Amino acid sequence: MEMTGAILLLLASIVFLVSALGLVRMPDVYNRIQTSTKATTLGTILAMAAVAFLHPDWTPKLALVVLFILLTNPISSHVVARAAYFKRVKLSDRTVEDQLKDKLEG
Amino acid sequence: MNVKAVFLTTIFGFLLWLGLTLQVDPYNMAIGGVVALLLGGIFGAKSSWRDLKLTPRSILAVAIWVVVLMIEIVRSTIDVMLRVIAPRVRINPAIVEVKTRLKTKTGRLALASSITLTPGTLTADIQDDRLYIHWIDAQSTDVDAATREIVRKFEKHLEVIFG
Repeated sequence: MEMTGAILLLLASIVFLVSALGLVRMPDVYNRIQTSTKATTLGTILAMAAVAFLHPDWTPKLALVVLFILLTNPISSHVVARAAYFKRVKLSDRTVEDQLKDKLEG
Repeated sequence: MNVKAVFLTTIFGFLLWLGLTLQVDPYNMAIGGVVALLLGGIFGAKSSWRDLKLTPRSILAVAIWVVVLMIEIVRSTIDVMLRVIAPRVRINPAIVEVKTRLKTKTGRLALASSITLTPGTLTADIQDDRLYIHWIDAQSTDVDAATREIVRKFEKHLEVIFG
């Protein structure tokens, strides 16, 4: 029980660490959103699962936390990305194609 | 039609209350039930629940969709993590247009959220039945190919749930 919780907690922290690393390494705001805000979804789920193993009687509340994360996380990522796009934050030079721009101008 | 939305809002509110309080004594459940029914009656009829279909098939589809979403989150998180720790960051980003067959607003919201929840794809904008996806590793910029790759796996279940 405690062992499983500890392993899950370790996995969660690895996911968080790599997400933070992505924040530094990615070239533009959109790719940063991809790695940082959303990889944390899995990190949070793993962390909550770990706590559920360590404190089984908290499980319903932890399930609610995961539900709220799943409901709100994509909305905030989407709004940040959309606001950045319409504020004309530049896409990285490595971007292959931008079909939204074609649509807005065409 | 509206009875279903009121019913679902009430049930959801009641389960939320039970999850937060963690007490199953009659007094606590009565308070939660009354408040949930009140809120369901006032706000339920106009809530997004009314787009949900309530058939055995759609309930099964919800279960399958949750499983598919979880598998996709795990799979693509590992994929994105490998891209981040590669010696030279392995990305090939593009904003691609995809289209959806879903008709209801809630269905499109669920689709856009599913796409955004899986790392590697991010919904940047929605215009009617067109979604604009920032894709960290664009394999194809063709509308139909991108739709097959990104949208189909969620859409086929959401179609059963929302129509």
